Amino acid sequence: MAKNHVTTTINGEPVEFLCETQQTLLDVLRDELQLTGSKEGCASGDCGACSVMVDDRVVCSCLVMGVEAEGKSIETIEGMADGDQLHPLQQKFLENAALQCGICTPGFLVAAKALLEKNPDPTETEVRYWLAGNLCRCTGYDKIIRSVLEVAEEAKGA
Amino acid sequence: MDGDTNGYRWIGTRTIRPDGVDKVTGRAAFGADFSLPGMLVGKILRSPHAHARIRGINTKKAEVLAGVKAVVTSADFPEILPAEATKGSSPPNYRHLSQNLMAREKVLYDGHAVAAVAATNAAIATEALSLIEVEYEVLPHVTGVLEAMAEDAPILHDDLFTGGVDPKPGKPSNVAKRVEFAIGDTDAGFESADLIVERHYDTEGIHQGYIEPHAVVASMAADGQANIWCSSQGHFMVRQYCAGLLNMNIGDIKVTPAEIGGGFGGKTTVYLEPVALLLSKKSGLPIKMVMTRDEVFRGTGPTSGSYMTIKVGAKQDGTITAAEADLRFFAGAFPGAPVHLGCMCGFTPYDIENVKAVGYDVVTNRPKAISYRAPGAPIAAFGIESAIDELAKKLNIDPLALREKNAAKQGTRTAYGPTLGVVGFEETLEAAKNHPQMSEPLGANQGRGIASGYWFNVGGESSASVSVNEDGTITVTSGAPDIGGSRASLCIMAAEIFGINIDQVRAVIGDTTATAFNRHTGGSRVTFALGAVVIEAAEDCILQLRECAAKTWDIDIDAVEWENGEARPAGDNAGKFEPLTLPEIAEKTPMTGGPISAKKSSNVQGPGPAFGTHICDVEVDCETGHVKILRYTAIQDAGRAIHPGYVEGQMQGGVVQGIGWALNEEYIYGEDGKLQNPGFLDYRIPVASDLPMIDTVIVEIPNPTHPFGVRGVGEIPIIPPMAAVANAIENAVGLRLTSLPMSPPKVLAALDNGD
Amino acid sequence: MTDVVLSREIARQYTDGETRIVVEGGTMRAIVRQLDEKYPGLKGVLSEGMAVAIDGTIFQDFFLEEVGPDAEVCFLPAIEGG
Repeated sequence: MAKNHVTTTINGEPVEFLCETQQTLLDVLRDELQLTGSKEGCASGDCGACSVMVDDRVVCSCLVMGVEAEGKSIETIEGMADGDQLHPLQQKFLENAALQCGICTPGFLVAAKALLEKNPDPTETEVRYWLAGNLCRCTGYDKIIRSVLEVAEEAKGA
Repeated sequence: MDGDTNGYRWIGTRTIRPDGVDKVTGRAAFGADFSLPGMLVGKILRSPHAHARIRGINTKKAEVLAGVKAVVTSADFPEILPAEATKGSSPPNYRHLSQNLMAREKVLYDGHAVAAVAATNAAIATEALSLIEVEYEVLPHVTGVLEAMAEDAPILHDDLFTGGVDPKPGKPSNVAKRVEFAIGDTDAGFESADLIVERHYDTEGIHQGYIEPHAVVASMAADGQANIWCSSQGHFMVRQYCAGLLNMNIGDIKVTPAEIGGGFGGKTTVYLEPVALLLSKKSGLPIKMVMTRDEVFRGTGPTSGSYMTIKVGAKQDGTITAAEADLRFFAGAFPGAPVHLGCMCGFTPYDIENVKAVGYDVVTNRPKAISYRAPGAPIAAFGIESAIDELAKKLNIDPLALREKNAAKQGTRTAYGPTLGVVGFEETLEAAKNHPQMSEPLGANQGRGIASGYWFNVGGESSASVSVNEDGTITVTSGAPDIGGSRASLCIMAAEIFGINIDQVRAVIGDTTATAFNRHTGGSRVTFALGAVVIEAAEDCILQLRECAAKTWDIDIDAVEWENGEARPAGDNAGKFEPLTLPEIAEKTPMTGGPISAKKSSNVQGPGPAFGTHICDVEVDCETGHVKILRYTAIQDAGRAIHPGYVEGQMQGGVVQGIGWALNEEYIYGEDGKLQNPGFLDYRIPVASDLPMIDTVIVEIPNPTHPFGVRGVGEIPIIPPMAAVANAIENAVGLRLTSLPMSPPKVLAALDNGD
Repeated sequence: MTDVVLSREIARQYTDGETRIVVEGGTMRAIVRQLDEKYPGLKGVLSEGMAVAIDGTIFQDFFLEEVGPDAEVCFLPAIEGG
């Protein structure tokens, strides 16, 4: 079975890759493009560890096929920092100890960034429901939610 | 609490963890993130039956499929005879471990590994699995603990005879052993009680639920030397177990630890590594094996479920006169339920003269149980803390006050033997009493529950080296994986001892060749035990630094003191020398005796046992049976919080795992013995929208056996929540729920029955 | 002299029900030997899978530990964490 040739944009850069028809976008990112920041926790869209942006929409990349990336703009955790400048969410997670093992952290950061771009001043409930698709087993979510709210608060003042 | 750092510069501060930037940028390499050139993909064939004899396995068709490079079954593994089962000084029973890794004559659970293949890609490997022909003779199965203990239960192991009973039984049984811990005379104690509460409780099997599935890359050469890259709670454990299971020399195996995406006890054993090594040897190529989520649930160890009977008796004034527990835990396919730990911890928060705790370790056709955060204690606490609550209600005494009246303290004798040393249980009760949550008003169908818990914590073999680099920065190398932020704590402790800036210290987890043996990360031991060893090594370095300064100034080492990161003459008599900073001394070391470093290895003993008390407010929706957590406060004695942020994190994480255990999580087996919910959709762990903020209060009663007073903190927080939630539900709607999980259908059924 | 505390279970099987036994003391190794001299067979059961608490402090690997005079030594099952 011949592979599919896909042309897309990842973290602002033009990218081409070959993939099998049955490979998901997550498979492609990790196995073909060596972008291992997005993680596989379940491969069934339940844990959110594979969260990426596809054309300004947060999706589970394990539920998107590699070929669907054609012509789209993908953003992954690897594109979140600007060179050596961490995104405010990344910095806040570090300061607040909002990660322990860190496996869910890329997914949370991508999803939280998407939230704040869409809704810059969310309530705690809105943050919790937006992030309900990202599972964390280590932190109990408390410090993660606080970090997102603090970044929103600080952005208001800026 | 924050701001009062007891005169310390770094202990008690919220520094940024040294491994943090890699984790927030996606750069940190976890088990599945590693690759080697020419790597094959390995996959495991798993039993679809809960209990069956393997009549034959034919792998020929799989072997000849294009792209398949190796196939293994249990025939490729050395058979471990009963006499060799516990070799060396380590706890695992290698015979059971080997049979669990790959089934020999029988499969014992849905998901039990039967064979494995290595192929050039995942699709071929999957196809190869479907070409392996296994002839099963299906046998009757048993998944429940009481059913497994029944006279006519299907027997899992013909060579398992109940231990701990007199006379020794002649018939094999599913009851692996019976344990008993007792002090005083409970019959007499109950005689003198004015009120007795006796109840049965049951809990289901629960998975640790780490988000990272097991993963390994392994490479074994023809001469038997091997390299393993994997995430685990102990790379020395991985090395030791692989050597034991494959009859290899320990020194021939090198294990490099990946970052670990959660363990909670579930990664303190091996499932893939020995299989990957054999596949690599057979194929001559490196192998990568990553479990799917389905495999994690079906093929790796959950914790035990239980059936418990708790009986407590007290006088009208609240003095508890007697307490008994009968705990029946199922261990899954092989013995090893943590029932003895449940027996030992359960009543320890209370000073009771007459206690008897009996436990049964029972095998069932389920995956082999492995540790889950304070193994055994949360289960026992669900029953015991619920019974204490019921006792308080019936005596018309406030539940906190009842605990205060009977609180264990220094000098209290435990039911498992020793008397307690310096401990902080009463202080947690005091903090609970004064906490603002206690005075939050409660509305209709809302209620408040209290529960406490105890855990011993553990020490263990720890090895580390501390080196002074040529520019005076410090490298701390240790060998126990960092599962919660321990690198941050080790840097803090080292920086404190040296008296230097925190950013001058880095902590790395070395591979198995970098340090001597380290016991695995678990038992809340790393900050305590590895911390103690790092402190010792740092102090040794300071001695060497003082020697260098002494040589430079040509004075006696006794005349040199170390303070705030520099060597100074001790008093005017020593001489008028300008202090020498760490970097200045480090620069001179070629002339003063060579590089400065210290390696320390020790089996650290004397961990500080600790207590926690939790307050939980719930609201019960009587239409749906849904229980909402309104407010939650966890109070815990940490001895000394090295990094408050990570101590709070351990508390919050443990609480939320306990809430999941209380309200939703359970293994659901069908009549056919197959697991029906091996995925995160139907094995429902708490999500952000289920919860409020989790308030934490850290109490500090320093542990006298640690230089900074550290007590383990990771495990206690999961012990009280299930009873705290159950007690809150009772307070809200008058329902005493005794079966976990207290999920909506069960709450609704209980409400409808007017229980 | 050292006070040794054993569980009821072990006591039932090896020491005719005696849960508190006084021995001379010394290192833990010596204490186990003294116990075995009084009650043959005890050494085997106390040497595997056990921890001790010496005056309340738990030791998982204990054979070389020195036990002070008038100390209390309790034998308990080894503790695993998660």
